[in-house]
Amino acid sequence: MRVTWELRGSRLFLYLSGELDHHAAHQALVEVGAALDEHMPMHCVLDLSGLTFMDSSGIAVVLGTYRRLKSYGGELSLTRAPNHAAKVLTMAGVDKIVPIASVARP
Amino acid sequence: MNVQNQMKMEFLSRSANEALARSAVSQLAAQLDPTLEELGDIKTSVSEAVTNAVVHAYPDKLGMVHLRARLLEGGVLEVTVRDKGVGIEDVDQARAPLYTTGGEERSGMGFTIMESFMDKLAVRSVPGRGTTVVMRKRVMPRLLR
Repeated sequence: MRVTWELRGSRLFLYLSGELDHHAAHQALVEVGAALDEHMPMHCVLDLSGLTFMDSSGIAVVLGTYRRLKSYGGELSLTRAPNHAAKVLTMAGVDKIVPIASVARP
Repeated sequence: MNVQNQMKMEFLSRSANEALARSAVSQLAAQLDPTLEELGDIKTSVSEAVTNAVVHAYPDKLGMVHLRARLLEGGVLEVTVRDKGVGIEDVDQARAPLYTTGGEERSGMGFTIMESFMDKLAVRSVPGRGTTVVMRKRVMPRLLR
């Protein structure tokens, strides 16, 4: 599991890659939190295209990121979720809270 | 039901073993020639069941998690995850969507995902004795797709 980020104007892009499971979730939340604390972006884009696996731990990571941003008025969107990650997130209704922009792979 | 193939493994309830468990089952399930989506459903469900055992079965210590996967007649995969941990007092409550005792890194969606991604899910638990989760999924033969 890797978390990298890139600041583009006022938008912070966060890239999650590898396998996002319970084993990886704690570290992912810590790293995402550190990037958010450092930049306090008004808009954050979570790019999931590098994920090779995601279970319900991903729901907790997305919602944790959402709550952190919301605490100071920031917004979150999701992009390029692989099909399976999108299926897990949609099943949990996460797409009703955080817009899922597009899907990475057909 | 005739067993066509079977594997068993056991491992300590360390979170690093979640990936080991789902990879092993995925390798066995691949013999049924599943689609990528079916394989994803299987890996996710195994991950959820094993994570439950890792997080909840043995609070404050490590214990063994037992995994069995079988290929049954008719292209059916059966996965059993068993622990001898603390058990679940109220299985119906544990299975309810969003119910969790696992803190902010958990979503409470584990059982809901297993139910939705597999065809059958059975949960047996005896407080103080442990929990057994059995899941089945039929992989559609290519010709019928």
